[in-house]
Amino acid sequence: MPAKYVIHHTPAKPRFRPVGKLGIVDWREDCSSCHNCVKRGCVYRLYRDEADTLRDEVGYLDYIYQCKGCLNCVQNCTKNILTRVVNPEYRRLGDSYYTPDLILSTWYQAETGKIPVSGSGYGGPFSGPGFDSMWTDMSEIVRPTRDGIHGREYISTSVDIGRKLPHLAFAVGQLKVDPPPLMETPLPVIFDRIPLHWQRGAVMAAVTTAAAEIGTLAVLCEADIWEKDASVRGHVIPLLETPGASAAQPGGSAPLMMIPDSPDVMAVQAALKRDHPARIVAIRIPAVPTVAGRVADLARDGAEVIHLAFDSHGREQGPAQPRHMRDVLRDTHTTLVRQGIRDEVTLIASGGIAAAEHVAKAIICGADLVAIDVPLMLALECRLCGECERGQLCPIALEEIDVGFGVSRIVNLMAAWHSQLLEMLGAMGIREVRRLRGETGRCMFFEDLERDTFGRLFGKRRS
Amino acid sequence: MSTLPHDLRRAEPESPDASPARPEYAEVSREVRPAPPRYRNEIGKYSIHRAPHCASCGRCVEICGHGVHVRPEGYLHVMRPYDYRCIGPDCKDTGRYCIDACPQGALKLSVNPAAETMGDYRWTPDLLMSTSAMAETGRPPGNHLECEVGASGGGFDRLRFRFPDSPPPGLRREDISTKLLLNRRGDSRPRITIDVPWYGGGMSFGSTNIRALLAKARVAKAFHGFTCTGEGGYPERFVPYKDHVITQVATGLFGVREETIQRAPIVEFKYAQGAKPGLGGHLLGDKNTPSVAAMRETVVGVPLFSPFPFHSVYSVEDHKKHLDWIAHVNPRALLSAKVSTPNDVDMVAVGIYYAGGHIVHLDGSYGGTGAAPNVAKKNIAMPIEYAIGRVHQFLVDEGIRDQVTVIASGGVRTPADVAKAIALGADGCVIGTAELVALGCIRCTACESGRGCARGIATTDDELLEMVNVEWCTQRLVNLYTAWRQMLVDLLFRLGLDSVAALRGRTDLLTHLDYENEA
Repeated sequence: MPAKYVIHHTPAKPRFRPVGKLGIVDWREDCSSCHNCVKRGCVYRLYRDEADTLRDEVGYLDYIYQCKGCLNCVQNCTKNILTRVVNPEYRRLGDSYYTPDLILSTWYQAETGKIPVSGSGYGGPFSGPGFDSMWTDMSEIVRPTRDGIHGREYISTSVDIGRKLPHLAFAVGQLKVDPPPLMETPLPVIFDRIPLHWQRGAVMAAVTTAAAEIGTLAVLCEADIWEKDASVRGHVIPLLETPGASAAQPGGSAPLMMIPDSPDVMAVQAALKRDHPARIVAIRIPAVPTVAGRVADLARDGAEVIHLAFDSHGREQGPAQPRHMRDVLRDTHTTLVRQGIRDEVTLIASGGIAAAEHVAKAIICGADLVAIDVPLMLALECRLCGECERGQLCPIALEEIDVGFGVSRIVNLMAAWHSQLLEMLGAMGIREVRRLRGETGRCMFFEDLERDTFGRLFGKRRS
Repeated sequence: MSTLPHDLRRAEPESPDASPARPEYAEVSREVRPAPPRYRNEIGKYSIHRAPHCASCGRCVEICGHGVHVRPEGYLHVMRPYDYRCIGPDCKDTGRYCIDACPQGALKLSVNPAAETMGDYRWTPDLLMSTSAMAETGRPPGNHLECEVGASGGGFDRLRFRFPDSPPPGLRREDISTKLLLNRRGDSRPRITIDVPWYGGGMSFGSTNIRALLAKARVAKAFHGFTCTGEGGYPERFVPYKDHVITQVATGLFGVREETIQRAPIVEFKYAQGAKPGLGGHLLGDKNTPSVAAMRETVVGVPLFSPFPFHSVYSVEDHKKHLDWIAHVNPRALLSAKVSTPNDVDMVAVGIYYAGGHIVHLDGSYGGTGAAPNVAKKNIAMPIEYAIGRVHQFLVDEGIRDQVTVIASGGVRTPADVAKAIALGADGCVIGTAELVALGCIRCTACESGRGCARGIATTDDELLEMVNVEWCTQRLVNLYTAWRQMLVDLLFRLGLDSVAALRGRTDLLTHLDYENEA
């Protein structure tokens, strides 16, 4: 059994005051100075800490971020001059997919490396689009292994990247075929190409160093980084934007390279492997409505790794009514299964992987592993305000981050995701993430449950 | 921090050993008495501001029918408005609208901004406030508060009842039975019946304030129902209520001893729980105080993990051995198995029956009161609305439906939810969060932080637990149960049913807002 894979995390406090959800508003001119709020009301000492912070001028005023919303101060105020409001800045965070709650949760994980925990059950919508219309399964009693992050038994999160043979052949006890090259990553998450507007200061150095630290891979456009920095060598996937089938390629002897899809992509792949037979080539395809057929064609032609790129909300690209990656991945996976070639090719899915649960769900739908970009920037305190895309100043001065800080935040986020992945795998009774791929039997889909439960009783569901 | 109303502050035994020495203390009345909120500024849907030019004429006191304006006898000035009782602009139609009636124009009505920040999709501000109102008065809340459904957009929140045009002649509300039979096996064990078709869920000593736990036990006694120890052991102070306390046997086996099994009328095996299906329990070190550690026979301050699952159970046969063990230790106990809601929940339910269980307790994924990983609460196992019908139908098909009691929990927030769960196929429900909301929980979800619940409920901190007392908690729960029962009876009356048992599996009485309803 290999050594247990553990991502070590250390607290990495934010550089800027994070945007909190709740704030307490008061009207101090009517305050009776009874100190109910300061001395008694707040069991978390936030008002007192605020006073200390003001007096000593240390750090940021984080009481808004820290407020737990218990309402004790509001409800015990002698003059009833306190009230609670939702921070309007919080409401403006992110968008419909990267919601304020999700961003705050990501910040927490990047700061602490811990799983977000809360009480009082689930308070969110019953279901939602995309991954929010899936529930993973669990076992009551019969299962092979247990205990997630606290477990005695090992749950593997390693996945293979590369092409596999449909079967092995032997002659006189000897292997008769040459297995294609394979890479293994200890986590089914790699870091995708970071959009240009975020590639500032030490951001890319932090991303690649973090990838190296936890043993995963980072996709980079600037292939020369791979050549210059020996510390990340082996953890970078050079993405060749305009490769030619015959031209000399940058990226040196990189063991894994990525190229965009094109009519002669298989020739390009062959060219890249000509001098380096052990090299693995990944083909990046935009997830358009016909992608399942294209993936099957490429897999039959010998593609080793196919990277399906969805938009940042996990939607396929092109149509007015795009499908979510949940459905596209199921379609693609099923197409390959029907043609008997699923095991021969590795599928990477990117775009719309915003939380730890999305990793498990994307794999259940058919991906082997996922690639992420936006969550990495959220880990670095990004608020998705879009100022950088408009050429404005970044409110959190992303270009000034220290590499060590960035690495810690990203490593912490991945530690939290890894722990959550273990929890979900443990609950499902699955001891390695490889076995989760396409395992829709360990999952429940909203439309199936609705049809079996309410469709049986109430007929057709209104669209 | 004593913020309790004066009439509920009377002395009470507080040490764990005090109440067994005072058996009279264990007598519990079902009488409804006002149990006002324990905070100075209760949060309501509306705010009423009285301007300084109020002349204290008392006109508002005279006309308000909701107790918003009060001038105690002998006082010159009117007290600050109890605006959480205000029913809002709808009051205009009653002719008793204080805002218009004030001769000085000194009163102003507005929506309370703090109320809008409370709650979530499942427990909306209205549900929180209506539950609190019921706990205060023992009556259903006014029409200004939505007290039946939340805003989750699915499940119970999209189900509605089809009411006949008029109830059958001769049906009287006082004749409607809400009793629930728990033992349907026809074996030699007691045929226990409880007065209302729900009972209190397990909350462990360690996760929850002992005073709140005692109040749960006392209301269980008042309604001939049950509460459950959770997995934190059996406090001695439960002994006077032992006929109404379920002993839970969970994977950690904390506090599980021969005597705690032998004194229980029901023993519950907790295989899984809805808040964290497939995961073990976790009591944070801060909550493991000396009394908790003594109860659980552990070391103070050390975080406690319950393994998952029972490592002695890897098959239905192992499960049967578990139940056999309890059945022999206590020959009069009913056997319950609490499970979560996986894909094969119907098979699990059948397995529980064939192993000898009397009660199949399904705990759906959206419920729970204690702390749990967010990733588990949202994503693992199916919501209870799906599981109930699946289990009910499977048991019917197996021909054993009438030999086992199916209890649903995990997201049952209101009496309407109870009725819908029963109409889908359950016999009754277990509730948890609703009881805590009645005691002042606002679902800030910080149960796990530091010293525990800032509202003094889910905590073992000596200072925080002073925020509540047993008497007040008991009265709030008695009031809540009474209001719920009244609402359930009213609903059964409108449906034309003479008992809650007659509602079981009556899906023909339900409609779904998202369906054509033409099946």
